[in-house]
Amino acid sequence: MLEIVAKIKEYFLKRNAVISIIFVLLCLAPLFLSDFRINLLGKFVAFAILALGIDLIWGYTGILSLGHGVFFGLGAYCMAMYLKLESSAGKVPDFMSWSGLEVMPWFWKPFASAPFALTMAILIPVLLAMIIGYLTFKNRIRGVYFTILTQALSIIFVVLFIGQQAYTGGTNGITNFKTILGFSLSDPATKLSLYYIAVLLLLAAYVFCKLIIDRRIGRVLVAIRDGENRIRFSGYNPTVYKVFVYAISAGLAGLAGAVYVPQVGIISPAEMGIIPSIEMVSWVAIGGRGTLTGAIIGAVLVNSLKSVVSESFPDIWSYFIGITFIVIVIFMPSGLVGIYQQIKKVWRNSLLLKRKEAAMKH
Amino acid sequence: METYVLQIFNGISVSSILMLAALGLAIIFGLMKIINMAHGELIMIGAYVTFVTQNIFMSYVDKDYFDIYFIFALLAAFVITAFVGYLLEITIIRHLYGRPLDSLLATWGVSLVLQQLARSIFGAPNVDVKSPTWLDGGILIWGDLQLPYKRLFIMLLVALCICGVYYFLYKTTTGRRIRAVMQNRTMAKSLGINTRKVDAMTFAIGSGLAGIAGCALTLLGSIGPTLGTNYIIDTFMVVVLGGVGTIIGTVAGAGIIGLGNTTFEFLTDASLGKVLVFSVVILFLQWKPQGFFTIKSRALDE
Repeated sequence: MLEIVAKIKEYFLKRNAVISIIFVLLCLAPLFLSDFRINLLGKFVAFAILALGIDLIWGYTGILSLGHGVFFGLGAYCMAMYLKLESSAGKVPDFMSWSGLEVMPWFWKPFASAPFALTMAILIPVLLAMIIGYLTFKNRIRGVYFTILTQALSIIFVVLFIGQQAYTGGTNGITNFKTILGFSLSDPATKLSLYYIAVLLLLAAYVFCKLIIDRRIGRVLVAIRDGENRIRFSGYNPTVYKVFVYAISAGLAGLAGAVYVPQVGIISPAEMGIIPSIEMVSWVAIGGRGTLTGAIIGAVLVNSLKSVVSESFPDIWSYFIGITFIVIVIFMPSGLVGIYQQIKKVWRNSLLLKRKEAAMKH
Repeated sequence: METYVLQIFNGISVSSILMLAALGLAIIFGLMKIINMAHGELIMIGAYVTFVTQNIFMSYVDKDYFDIYFIFALLAAFVITAFVGYLLEITIIRHLYGRPLDSLLATWGVSLVLQQLARSIFGAPNVDVKSPTWLDGGILIWGDLQLPYKRLFIMLLVALCICGVYYFLYKTTTGRRIRAVMQNRTMAKSLGINTRKVDAMTFAIGSGLAGIAGCALTLLGSIGPTLGTNYIIDTFMVVVLGGVGTIIGTVAGAGIIGLGNTTFEFLTDASLGKVLVFSVVILFLQWKPQGFFTIKSRALDE
């Protein structure tokens, strides 16, 4: 019995101390923060799920995608379609009738069921990522070429979603939701449960990513980042792994979108564009790429700072995030987690040194 | 038919601006493997320099000479953006050699700061630049079809710039050095070329070209702090499509993207047009992953 306790202690307190603290804090947060702040935090937790996906593909595999806003947006739109259909109670949603659409389009109909919408929120991004990933990675389009293509992808989706106003709500996006599964969205209890669901899903996503990177496949991903040709010459096919990781991270982004929408109550094409997509990468960069904890910390911290700073000084925020980003990318590529680890190392070394000195004196 | 011809004409003039912007980007990328996300903001700086030059001429120079301000603006736009580019290179970019993805992210930070700077100085709303009177009107071809002088002037300007860059790269000693570094950096270095100097200079020239593009853009509409972001992605696509390091690739890439955009938009609608162009580019890259024209190399990691 004691042994098991000791093992659990070791697992949570020593090996996964930081992440355990983060989740405990997230669970306790509703005791200290107002409903409004909890709602914001829930949004950031959704972003953290997405950041995990970006970290998998960028931090671990070294592929920079600046189109994750698209996957996030697709997931969010799937969820929004469900919420919209529920709130309009079988009738044609309001924005469709404004654009003169009398009959509900066929692809909207199945989204009336929540499980279908949730599945699609993950499945559509995964499929899209698989198609695009296969077509690009197979031809060894990589590095900045791939990045530029993903950027173009996000611009195209924004243009497409704005253009097809009758089906997507255009620039305004989809909003005016009332209930989710019959519970009122404005009810504080619903909001709180949505928050806890978000935290739970973040935990699940974290465990999932951890499972991937702790296995051999994780090693292969890191190896692709550090020397793709060597991996190829060792008999692995990088294309398969790259498509796999791209699809997984797209799925996580879709899930994040689905978690985001009921809490925020609106999704519009502005959330899928290039600028949000790069911002997503900046969370991971600032938190610390190549560590899952870094991704979560980055997403929550940067967004909290953003909401605090831009509430009072909107102008300063652009300067602040721009300059921070430049400094982090140039001088501290491993981000905040990297700094923490360095400090820890220095501290440990100095401790060791002291002990040695003490031993010498005796 | 007439509308289509006019559309095509407009498409060509827009793609000529893309060409100018992409030329700078492609040379910089070919030389240093740096993707400059702030390139769009350099375009914006060029546009604002034109705006400032115009204001200076309005308040200090005799009215009769107002029309020549544009010539000065072109020169000023080139010199000032080249200088900004040079500053960027020696402060930020030089830390990022060999880290292409990081360079992309850091320069995005730069673009955020530059945009906000423009907003603080000139205000968020768009401003108008009055184009010189000698560019008003156009050539009548047939019927109602009129080709505006402004767009013809832009095309001429771009053609001149491309010839200039060609001459510079292929006929001068400095140009030869740049091409040598582009082909094989370490070899060029060991033969005594100061690659640091070449890098900084190339970055400045590439930026200056963006400045000229910005100056030309003022002829087509009002300008604002986010002017560059509207063009940057198309510019990147030009580079991907055309291949890196050759002038002809950039010209071909810009031509295809510009014409493709207009044609598809004319045939379908604006949103579907963009999607079609993107699909065509992806399909094209299946056939030639490195783009139209590339510098031949036997290295594996190029």
